[in-house]
Amino acid sequence: MTTKALQREGGIAESLRLVLALVGREVRDSLRDWRIAIPIVLLTLLFPLIMTFVANSAIEWVASYGGAPIISERMLPFLLMIVGFFPISFSLVIALETFAGERERKSLEPLLATILSDAELYVGKTVGAMVPPLLAAYLGVGVYLTGLYYFEGWSPPLELFVLIIVLTTAECVVMVSGAVVVSSQTTSVRAANLLASFIIIPMALLAQGEALVMFWGNYDALWWIVAFLVVADVILVRMGIYIFNREELLGREIDELNLGYIWRTFWRHLQWEPWFFGRDPDRLPAALRWMGALGGLYRRHLPAVLRESRLAVATVVVAILLAVLVGLSFAADYPLPAELLGDEVVSADSFSDSRVLGVLSLTTGGILSHNLRVLVGAALLAVFSFGSLAIALTMAPLAVVAFLVAQSANMGYDPWLFFAAGVLPHGALEIPAVVLSTAMAVRLGAVFMSPPRGMAVGEAWLRALADFLKVFVFLVLPMLAAAAAVEAHLTPALVIRAFGG
Amino acid sequence: MIELQGLTKRFGEFTAVNRVTFSVRAGEILALLGPNGAGKTTTVRMLGAILRPTAGDALVAGHWVTKSPREVRRRIGLLTEHPGLYLRMRGAEYLDFFGRMMQIDPDERVRRARELVDYFGMSDLYDRRLSTYSKGARQKIALVRAMLHDPPVLLLDEPTSAMDPHSAKLVRDAIVSLRSQSRATVICTHNLAEAEAIADRIAIIRRGEIIALGTSGELKDQLLGPPLMELRLAGPVDGAVDLVSDLVTIEGRGADWLLYSTPNPSHTNPAVLQTLSREGVGVVTLSEVERSLEDVFLRVVEA
Repeated sequence: MTTKALQREGGIAESLRLVLALVGREVRDSLRDWRIAIPIVLLTLLFPLIMTFVANSAIEWVASYGGAPIISERMLPFLLMIVGFFPISFSLVIALETFAGERERKSLEPLLATILSDAELYVGKTVGAMVPPLLAAYLGVGVYLTGLYYFEGWSPPLELFVLIIVLTTAECVVMVSGAVVVSSQTTSVRAANLLASFIIIPMALLAQGEALVMFWGNYDALWWIVAFLVVADVILVRMGIYIFNREELLGREIDELNLGYIWRTFWRHLQWEPWFFGRDPDRLPAALRWMGALGGLYRRHLPAVLRESRLAVATVVVAILLAVLVGLSFAADYPLPAELLGDEVVSADSFSDSRVLGVLSLTTGGILSHNLRVLVGAALLAVFSFGSLAIALTMAPLAVVAFLVAQSANMGYDPWLFFAAGVLPHGALEIPAVVLSTAMAVRLGAVFMSPPRGMAVGEAWLRALADFLKVFVFLVLPMLAAAAAVEAHLTPALVIRAFGG
Repeated sequence: MIELQGLTKRFGEFTAVNRVTFSVRAGEILALLGPNGAGKTTTVRMLGAILRPTAGDALVAGHWVTKSPREVRRRIGLLTEHPGLYLRMRGAEYLDFFGRMMQIDPDERVRRARELVDYFGMSDLYDRRLSTYSKGARQKIALVRAMLHDPPVLLLDEPTSAMDPHSAKLVRDAIVSLRSQSRATVICTHNLAEAEAIADRIAIIRRGEIIALGTSGELKDQLLGPPLMELRLAGPVDGAVDLVSDLVTIEGRGADWLLYSTPNPSHTNPAVLQTLSREGVGVVTLSEVERSLEDVFLRVVEA
């Protein structure tokens, strides 16, 4: 190498220089685009002034009818939020343009040939897409507050001001990091704009929710929204860092839907190697070859799938323990009346009514179909919630169980006996089945955030789906069926024997 | 300077590049020749440490692409089929940005940019917006971008494929002028004349596999057989065939002409002429039938 620069050391300083250079270029490029620059200027300077005027007029109008100070108390913070929100909506446009647009115009490849790492490229472009709209939002908020202070002498409490700034920033990060995820799955701005509905619609709903909270005046609720947004930011940034890389960007034409490939990939991951005590299963008599398939499944394949899913299993177990703690805590805080679980309540008649809450039939089939519905529903929700809703659905009934077990102690029963008679017989099978099913469902959602190295997101999801189906059909279903039979026939008898009058 | 060892790239079920092995010495230009979808671009992207090989590895300017991709990218200059410029930037600004991306000192990057822009006769365009550049000028500024850090390895991916003949010639001349004893160059193309004009050696790639490799002459000999000679006589050819059939392989004949092949024309042709002259057969012309790289390419690709 002849240039001095190429002999320089890398490290954090080099990364920082590269990222800053990239951010600078992205910001300059955005501000040179009149379609972005003009609306930003209008939203920064003109819109806040209009909002100041609107707020001023509204206050005077209300005052002319005798006054209702709560209206101005609520409206001024609401408009403050709106003034911050409108400019950051441009971050989505800029992000789609900077990620999908560059890809479409083929200007990304020269950048990929530089020394930038994937992460530096992601950070530089993400920050570059956020800087103009965020600065516009902060400036707009400044203009609005200056106007209000000048005309009305109003300034927001410090907590509200900080809340609006944090909320605006977190929303901007969600939109930009969401746009990166969307852009990574397309090769054109048009397709990215279509997919951007998945960001625009939730953000619009969120803004409406925030508006309601603003008029309600409960700013603590807005901090919860900030917390939710921060979690979404972390998930989306994690996803973005994973999928915005050279392999994903250049490796595939991902706009095309190839059903044949999807099916072949899914089928490949659905299969497993037969095994029969070290013997070649193909040499078994034809009528016994199914034993090789079963041997391979239960002796080799399912244990391997579960080993690979150990992080998901551990997450679900921790969530269940938390749910139990929550149930116990609620039982201590909200004790039920002692007569609610008197001896006379526990009798054969208690179990003769075949339906609970009009939904669950206390028969083997009824319990099994109920559990299957819940677990399949949880798996579907997991896909759209990065696995989180599947965990939430599992936590809820276990918190209730813990709550009831603790209540039995409050009412003078032995909680261990209550647990041993009413929960353990079927729970010994049902709870592990639920843990396994939920863990596999968590993988179905979480795989979007971190697919295995060297595997595309789509293939990783198909593999997670194949693993879910195998575990569900060959492990969870038999366990749930046995648990349902125990719950329908053995558990009632044990409960009556232990507590019946 | 560049050494590929069983380089392989699979995208799902599709194998784009399959166990490609070759090397390029410093000072050499190698053309990677193949039809669309043959795996040229994927090979170059792996050499540039932009795509990670599924199997195999490549040593580029002393660094393995799988182990030190950043160091490899520090040492390569890549010119893509589409220049991929930021059209709202000015030439100077654009080059300065990429100079920063390659961590070149401020003074050095201005000096290099000026030097290269002058070299390619683009000084008047230096401060103009890239959107005003012609197609040829855009590709040339992209070439300047690729050369800015004076890389020891230059990878050119179909640099003239989307250009009119005039612009293509400008870029081709620029590439030839960059030939250096210390630089290895790989150029991907499906333009046979371009490959023959620029490259020292040619590797023909089809369906991800290298199916022929050598100089233009070697490929012709290797794939089209020994040189073919056309002999035109002053009279009927019948007697002449018997006279020369021991010396050469007869490939075809007409009323007064003969086609023959010989692995060593410089030795055989004088002997043929001597024999015919001795027997009084009048020779009008003896010439080599011209064989093009296109014949080689079609022979290999259609095989």
